[in-house]
Amino acid sequence: MRNYEVNFIVDSVLSGDEINATAQTYFDMLTSNECTIVDKGEMGLRQLAYPIKGRTTGVYFCTEFQVPSGAFLAQLELALRRDERIMRFLSVKLDKFGVKYNDDKRNGLIGKKKDKVKAEIKKEVAAEKKAAPKKEAAPAKPAPAPVAKAEEEE
Amino acid sequence: MASRDDIKFLSNPNIGSDRRKYCRFKKFGIKHIDYKDPVFLLQFINEQGKILPRRITGNSLKYQRKMATAVKRARHLAILPYVTDLLK
Repeated sequence: MRNYEVNFIVDSVLSGDEINATAQTYFDMLTSNECTIVDKGEMGLRQLAYPIKGRTTGVYFCTEFQVPSGAFLAQLELALRRDERIMRFLSVKLDKFGVKYNDDKRNGLIGKKKDKVKAEIKKEVAAEKKAAPKKEAAPAKPAPAPVAKAEEEE
Repeated sequence: MASRDDIKFLSNPNIGSDRRKYCRFKKFGIKHIDYKDPVFLLQFINEQGKILPRRITGNSLKYQRKMATAVKRARHLAILPYVTDLLK
């Protein structure tokens, strides 16, 4: 088994549904070719460091998967290259350190202590919100969740 | 009595003190450099977005090479710019 990581940037001009559909076609392609997807990471809308095809923003996707043979990669790359909705892509073969790094990152072991503490607080708050009855949250503000998150980040 | 902060030295008194450069990857046991982390990679490039040489970063050859590929991958994905001014 080989581990690969494929990143691609989807054109941000497309609607949200189209963006998700684009990403989904590639995830489907992976699963239909005997790949086991380890992680489907969506990094979301990001500012590009330089304009690509006249666009200054793009939606980043990053997926990690295991595949029995590397021959499939050529097929995947061809599909990505032909797709006009994809602005850029990068496929990388991961060594054992890369796999471990991604594992640790998903488990929140990597990063500054501040960020780790923040992540823990977020988890606790989320757990409390789930536990607490909805009556308290509803009348306070129409959208309590994003406001609370913003305060934590500060 | 003037404290050390009040005295103005003609030459920088810190020059000549033995501050050794070291490879931070070896020292802290970092084995994998993430090309999706622009904040970390920013330490190894100058204001114009150029990769700093080993004599400044102090990296070992192995990790300098890995760092350089990581920066180049980040550039390809538009996470870091190829050329700019006033990056930092």
